[in-house]
Amino acid sequence: MGKTGMFAPRHNDKTWWQRLIGLNWFIVLLVCGLASVGVAMLYSVSGGTYEPYAAAHIQRFALSFAVMIVIATTDIRVWMSLSYPAWFFGLILLVVVEFIGHTGMGGQRWLDLGFMRLQPSELMKVAVVMAMARYFHGIDFNKVKSLKSLIIPVFLVALPILLVLRQPDLGTSLMILAGGIVVIFLAGVPRWLFIVGAVLALVATPIAWSALKDYQKSRVITFMNPESDPYGAGYQIIQSKIAIGSGGMSGKGFLQGTQSHLKFLPEMRTDFIFTAQVEEFGLVGGAVLLALYMLVFSYGVLIGVGCRNHYGRLLASGLGFTLFLYTLINVGMVMGLMPVVGVPLPLVSYGGSAMLTYMIAVGLILCVATNRHMTIAPKGASLFGFKR
Amino acid sequence: MAREGQRYQKYSRRAFLLAGLQGAFMAGLGARLYYLSVIQGKSYKLKADNNRISLRLIAPKRGEILDRYGKKVATNKQDFRVYLVPEQTQNVSRTLQKINRILPLSKNQISRIERTIKRQRNFVPVTIAKGLEWHDFARVNVEIPGLEGVFPDSGMTRDYPYSHLAAHIVGYVGSPRPEDIGKDPLYQLPGFKLGRDGIERRYEDSLRGRAGARRVEVNAVGREIRELDPRQDAEEGHPIQLTLDMELQQFVAEKLGEQAAGAVVMKAESGEILSMASTPSYDPNDFNSGISQENWNAILKDPRKPLLNKALAGKFPPGSTIKMLVALAALEKGLITEETTVRCTGKHTYGDRTYHCWEDKGHGRVNLLQSIAKSCDVYYYELAEKLDIDDLAVVCERFGLGTSYDIGLDGVSKGLVPTKAWKESALGVNWYQGETLNASIGQGAFTATPLELAVMTARLATGKAIFPKLIQDTIGADHLSGTATLDANPLHLELMRNGMHDVMKSGGTAHDFRNPRDTQKIAGKTGTSQVRTISKAERKDGVVKNEDLAWKSRDHALFVGYAPFDNPEYIVSVLVQHGGGGGSVAAPIGREILYKLTETGNFTPEEVAKRLAREKEEGLDG
Repeated sequence: MGKTGMFAPRHNDKTWWQRLIGLNWFIVLLVCGLASVGVAMLYSVSGGTYEPYAAAHIQRFALSFAVMIVIATTDIRVWMSLSYPAWFFGLILLVVVEFIGHTGMGGQRWLDLGFMRLQPSELMKVAVVMAMARYFHGIDFNKVKSLKSLIIPVFLVALPILLVLRQPDLGTSLMILAGGIVVIFLAGVPRWLFIVGAVLALVATPIAWSALKDYQKSRVITFMNPESDPYGAGYQIIQSKIAIGSGGMSGKGFLQGTQSHLKFLPEMRTDFIFTAQVEEFGLVGGAVLLALYMLVFSYGVLIGVGCRNHYGRLLASGLGFTLFLYTLINVGMVMGLMPVVGVPLPLVSYGGSAMLTYMIAVGLILCVATNRHMTIAPKGASLFGFKR
Repeated sequence: MAREGQRYQKYSRRAFLLAGLQGAFMAGLGARLYYLSVIQGKSYKLKADNNRISLRLIAPKRGEILDRYGKKVATNKQDFRVYLVPEQTQNVSRTLQKINRILPLSKNQISRIERTIKRQRNFVPVTIAKGLEWHDFARVNVEIPGLEGVFPDSGMTRDYPYSHLAAHIVGYVGSPRPEDIGKDPLYQLPGFKLGRDGIERRYEDSLRGRAGARRVEVNAVGREIRELDPRQDAEEGHPIQLTLDMELQQFVAEKLGEQAAGAVVMKAESGEILSMASTPSYDPNDFNSGISQENWNAILKDPRKPLLNKALAGKFPPGSTIKMLVALAALEKGLITEETTVRCTGKHTYGDRTYHCWEDKGHGRVNLLQSIAKSCDVYYYELAEKLDIDDLAVVCERFGLGTSYDIGLDGVSKGLVPTKAWKESALGVNWYQGETLNASIGQGAFTATPLELAVMTARLATGKAIFPKLIQDTIGADHLSGTATLDANPLHLELMRNGMHDVMKSGGTAHDFRNPRDTQKIAGKTGTSQVRTISKAERKDGVVKNEDLAWKSRDHALFVGYAPFDNPEYIVSVLVQHGGGGGSVAAPIGREILYKLTETGNFTPEEVAKRLAREKEEGLDG
């Protein structure tokens, strides 16, 4: 196309310091804002104390922040060459978790690393997008139209999903699936394939239903009508809606949320933290939080569109979509728009893996932004072997 | 490069499509948020408050029951209790051991406490001990700093200081029955008691008072977090003041002793019941926390029926106490005059039956006054031959027999005044005149309660329509006492009173057992009502004396009277079930009561003190 200006080639050989200065600090500021909301809400939900949740949250954020900066300031070709290894690594962790994972909340999901409990399925959300972006970057655009080119992507998505479903974790499986489909969609696969896919999904629904665990089925049933089981599975969603609704326009005030402080809603500090935010800060507080999230993942799409290399585009918008899904599923769930599937509100909910994953994703998006002018050959570069 | 351009174009179009989709979804979330917190905000706010705000009732203090001088017949006593909150102690069993050293607990108690702790949520207090003496309670209080999670508390329990003395009147309280639960939220309060009998039951609504409420904030598991304003204090129940004089009640009960007996003492003009005793009795305090099976069985098995208030629920043949009314009916009908005399030989034949006088030897010639004083049966047999039973019934009803009085108690019985219509409807056979002879001496189907006999005596003594009254300033009852004059010839009434006065004098049936302190101020009438039929053979061999009969077959002893004779103030009626002769058993009791009353007036505390001081001085001992 021979464009100039925005897509004009530039020298890639920036120093680390230059990369750091050149970061999109607005996004950095946004994630710091989100984490601050998390600290404040964990402080409130635990009854006005830093220990143990808010304090741990700060530590984890500091660690994740460092990870994000390192990722953001590293040459994107490093990540590109690490895409497949990352996917393999994630897959191995998922297999390991099958055998030695920690069990909790009805699923076997965690690896105890001592300083934190790692949830490999979380990391897989990023790894799948990386691997898919790497794949579509590498193949010729004409080939994308053929079905044959979809064999590897289907494999890349299906394998982790099967493992995550075994845990069982429906929410994460769906997020991995959605992330994969989005990258396929952005890569330019013909539209009719999606229509066929949707029809197939519809046909497969009864089969999928029978594969669900009982508690998952009851969650879906309860979602349809929470009042049918007000003390059981429907309790959470009813109490969550009460907390959100009772906040009104401006909320009950910081530390004044009765639903959360009187423990009407269990698991407030994890999946239902948005509820506490809206109870104490009202519609205004909820809307501000949603706007912060929206800015973060909109930047993902925007950065993707402004990127010269295909890997970066697919990675940024694929990850942007993944970040969007976190918000959509969690907030939709606590407001009774979606079944309760156990997706945290990243940076705000108490939980290390989701935070780390989110920050890795943001780090990668920042990295794409920093390297947006770089063109990369289809084959890319082998690890550390690329030309400078 | 063309392919790269194509790829980028497709990508960017689809990326913007995706961004649009994301925007739409986020708008959806925003709309939902707006819907929940603004449109539905009010209703959710209400639901949130319903969640967290719980009304905790405060039990009202039960109204007291007082006697006419304000003495407490039923009151509330502090009950000292000690609780333990398991979650506030590090080691429950160690804390229990510490308590045990201060307040010895039995093995059973400890195992009950431990079981309760396991069953309840650990912030719910467990009762360690209740009904503690102040002394023990104080010891626990001193040691509280060393007892983690232990807290002392006190509540109210109903207390009846007079124990047995007024049990039949005040009744008792008990826990709500399962079928009552749900009628009043108060019933669910632990330890809540409601009136089960007597005044306690009848005036439950006034005595109970109104529950107060605390608005407390609770968390999801019901633990109280803090108290919210406003708090509404409980409203104490209204006290009920009785017309009873508990000093007199005690005196009367002592006179009745352990016999199955009932007595009513009334003020003549006002009908105020000063005493209504029924023996044997029970201790209403026993019912407070559930009576023991042993105790209950003893009460049920007692043939003297301790639970029955004999003064108002015991129906007995009135015997000779009815004779004034028979005479009045005869005088009214002109069947006799004051001068009419009858010769009593000890028996009287009517038709093919022989009717006996209580005096086998006969009274000789007796006039009307003597017929009352000596209680000659033959006089009344003669008279009854010509008397229409329905005419007698009219007089009886006028004088208050066969009437159920609403004095604020349940279970007031009404006696039976026989009439021709009654017999036809009840037994389906016609009245025959022979039965009138029986009725004329208060036997046969005739029954009356001691309360009715007291009313009869009050009306005889005052000539007014006296109604009995037990509650001071009775709420909404129609007490007409002293207002209406009875439809009776004053001269005839005067005659009856003179006859009753003679009963107490030399030659009268109540004279022989006279106490030396008796004055001439008392008027009365004795009655002995037969329980069994005495056969001809037995009469020949000499009637078996009461003392030699089984208790159940002995005669009932009755006495009605008033004093002072010239200005009636106090009315007494006494019934001693299977007590024997009215003159020998019931009259001394009635006379003693009337004597005390006329000598000392009402048993006000000051007067009682004075009387006791005087008796001590004079060296009298009752």
